[in-house]
Amino acid sequence: MSLDVLWFILIAVLYTGYFVLEGFDYGVGMLMPFLGKNDEQRRLIINSIGPFWDGNEVWLLTAGGATFAAFPNWYATLFSGFYLALFLMLLALIGRGVAFEFRSKVDSQAWRNTWDWVIFTGSLLPALLWGVALANLMQGVPIDAQMNFTGNFFTLLSPYTVVGGLSMVLMFALHGALFLSLRTVGELQVRARQTARRVGMWTTIVMFVFVLLSYFFTDMFTKIGVDPGPVPVLAGLVLISVAFFIRVKKDGWAFAMTSVTIVLSTATIFLGLFPRVMVSSTNPAWSLTIYNASSSHYTLTVMTIVAFSLVPIVLAYQIWTYWVFRKRLQPGGHLDY
Amino acid sequence: MLQVLLDRWQFGVTTVYHFLFVPLTIGLIFLIAVMESIYVASGNEDYKKMAKFWGNLFLINFAVGVVTGIMQEFQFGMNWSNYSRFVGDVFGAPLAVEALAAFFLESTFLGIWVFGWDRVSKRVHLTAVWMVAFGTTLSAFWILAANAFMQEPVGYVLRHGRAEMDSFGALLINPQLWVEFPHVWFAALSTATFFVAGISAYYILRGRSKKIFMNSFKIAVSFGLVGSVLVAVVGHEQAQHLVTAQPMKMAASEALWNTSAEHASWNLLAGIDQASHRNTFQVQVPYALSILAYNHPYGKVEGINQLQAQYVQKYGPGNYIPPVWITFYTFRIMVLAGVVMILLALYGVYLMLRDKLEGHRKYYKWMIWAIALPYIGNTTGWIMTEIGRQPWAVFGLLKTANGDSPTVGPALVWTTLIGFALVYGILAVVDVYLLVKNIKMGPDGEDLAHRRALEDGVGAVI
Ligand code: HDD
Ligand code: HEM
Ligand code: HEM
Repeated sequence: MSLDVLWFILIAVLYTGYFVLEGFDYGVGMLMPFLGKNDEQRRLIINSIGPFWDGNEVWLLTAGGATFAAFPNWYATLFSGFYLALFLMLLALIGRGVAFEFRSKVDSQAWRNTWDWVIFTGSLLPALLWGVALANLMQGVPIDAQMNFTGNFFTLLSPYTVVGGLSMVLMFALHGALFLSLRTVGELQVRARQTARRVGMWTTIVMFVFVLLSYFFTDMFTKIGVDPGPVPVLAGLVLISVAFFIRVKKDGWAFAMTSVTIVLSTATIFLGLFPRVMVSSTNPAWSLTIYNASSSHYTLTVMTIVAFSLVPIVLAYQIWTYWVFRKRLQPGGHLDY
Repeated sequence: MLQVLLDRWQFGVTTVYHFLFVPLTIGLIFLIAVMESIYVASGNEDYKKMAKFWGNLFLINFAVGVVTGIMQEFQFGMNWSNYSRFVGDVFGAPLAVEALAAFFLESTFLGIWVFGWDRVSKRVHLTAVWMVAFGTTLSAFWILAANAFMQEPVGYVLRHGRAEMDSFGALLINPQLWVEFPHVWFAALSTATFFVAGISAYYILRGRSKKIFMNSFKIAVSFGLVGSVLVAVVGHEQAQHLVTAQPMKMAASEALWNTSAEHASWNLLAGIDQASHRNTFQVQVPYALSILAYNHPYGKVEGINQLQAQYVQKYGPGNYIPPVWITFYTFRIMVLAGVVMILLALYGVYLMLRDKLEGHRKYYKWMIWAIALPYIGNTTGWIMTEIGRQPWAVFGLLKTANGDSPTVGPALVWTTLIGFALVYGILAVVDVYLLVKNIKMGPDGEDLAHRRALEDGVGAVI
């Protein structure tokens, strides 16, 4: 396998890790105002992701850094092109990050309500914007011969891309609700499950609408024909199985299945793109590909060595933290956030 | 032109802001790790209380450090896309390694540290805090490797119209990195020590939790002396390195318009007239510049006019002179801050060894004000380093003016510049408010709140 291809896969893996992991904490953040009926419940909900969310966010930072190192032109075009969208996402993440830390530090309802609102928006907005961004990546955006994006913020918004955003939001909400049902007990757990069931239905519907629309708005048809191949089909089947696992109260299984759905959906998108990383709607020949956007062979070799020695270590200690904090949160216990 | 100016303002504002929080993170977690080590070794609960109290302030600071850092990670792509295309092959690597090696370590083990007091053993908990400290230091190392490349490009070849890496090893042994990294690290340590000393002084003056804060104060002043002396020692090395690596920055930071005589005098103060390339007045210390540059009382230092002529020959027509006034005075403010810090720390250690700290109220009052010194030093230090490099973004390779994003117009940059400035402004207010509130509450306040919370069956408020 050439190094360009390997790095395309590695970056797909990093984004997948980000969506699977931060997906649930965005979901938890979005649901917090609705599921938490009083201050203690809200704190329980926030604490359920307390030890994890920052580590999860680093998956995004690493994906960004790796894109810079392995495909500098992709990094340059994507982030200068999706400028305002990225700006909004950064504001959301800035607010959200401090909100977790600040929220419970002052004993005032108005103060806490304000930060709850920031957590809610800060979780919803990135999910929405990533959905929109991915739909745009699939559909293609105006890019000129110098690899520069020539549209504006509103070029990125269309019914198709908004459906993409919506399906991401719903997917993460479902994923988050299931995570909560794993981390809580009693009343909160029951409510989390109920929410998962309700959100799950809508997620399935909207996801299928999005897939259907993709046939019309992207080049999926010309690329693969009607038969999408095993990966997306499996993604769909796994998503449908979530409802079953919720019904039989196998929360762990249901959560595993939403994780698999996210993995397979992300894989589908990257498979659809390959070998392009950004599709030019102006002229297909001006698309960025893993060949014209990549770093030199030397840099990719160095980065490969670094990645293969560090990623296993990172995975090991991240998994270990999940194990350390595997106990469910009990009402009345000590809360750090 | 307007656009590049706005891009520069945005980069400068957001980076300086990020760096207000960074040094305290790096230095304070190290001090906390030392405190917790004493606790684990001696079993003395006071040190646990101490680690927790400073840990609380650390977390408030860390939160802002993290969120402003996220912004930095994407900023090169947003406003500097030509820069990213041109140096990404070299510059992206340390950034990616930083995330992979350092940010994961920091964030994951901080989770263990914050949420793990009752869930993991003492030893594992102590390991976690050292891992965070190690992570922040690694993070500094890798990002400074990237920055050092901009000051002194090494390990690259120009190929395919861009800089391509041809030696990763060279990036890591970049001589600039090996003066910059220790300077920044000791500056970070000094920042934390003055922070801890100043806040401890506040408590000591009020007679609250005296035992904890006397001990905090002693730890802080001892490390403060080591830190501030080493900052100056390494800073001196760095200045000597500048003479060969970026002579123009050196000349600008000395307002030296023409190559000096064999015995170069050092300008303590100068009135700078950049337009006509001269100083309206100067207060000089004989021989001092030669000593600064070469450790000898003799030795010429090249002047701005001569360097400008050389650069025109080498790089083509253009203005290669950075804003002299800014470079000159930020350098002096940094050094002054450093000198005052050394004197204060020396005096503190002297009092401590003589057992005279008790009751020296004046000294404690000074130390509260002295919290500002390292912040002034850090900020002016970066401004000097980055402005003194202008007009280059990457020295000798890429001018700042050619690095921006061609498709991001001034209107967009205005939007984000104002947006970030507003949000950062609000963050600053909230951050200071929370720090002050937590400081006023103190470790005993924490206990009170905790007890009250337990009584009404709700989790702790802190
Ligand atoms: C000398 C040290 C230093 C310098 C010059 C910078 N940073 Fe920084 N950064 C850190 C030292 C640091 C740190 C100590 O690791 C931080 C500070 C506070 C914190 O929470 O971690 C951090 C946080 C931090 C984060 C969030 C990490 C997380 O989520 O845990 C990112 C993405 C960046 N930084 C990126 C950057 C970039 C792209 C910079 C250059 C323009 C930059 N930083 C300058
Ligand atoms: C480790 C990373 C870096 C740090 C800590 C850093 C820090 C700073 C600081 C403190 C300033 C002065 C701010 C001011 O003028 O108010 C500055 C200015 C600037 N930096 Fe850097 N910088 C870093 C990397 C970069 C990179 C990668 C670029 C890429 C183009 C860059 C471009 C600039 C520009 C254009 C300015 C404005 C200069 C001016 O206003 O004259 N810097 N930076
Ligand atoms: C006391 C004597 C000091 C000397 C002689 C000194 C020297 C220097 C020099 C020459 C540079 C520029 C290096 C370059 O552009 O490559 C620098 C940068 C810097 N200084 Fe200092 N410094 C001193 C004190 C301090 C103090 C007290 C602090 C803060 C606590 C500080 C923080 C910084 C920072 C953050 C930078 C920018 C990063 C870098 O280039 O290393 N310095 N210093």
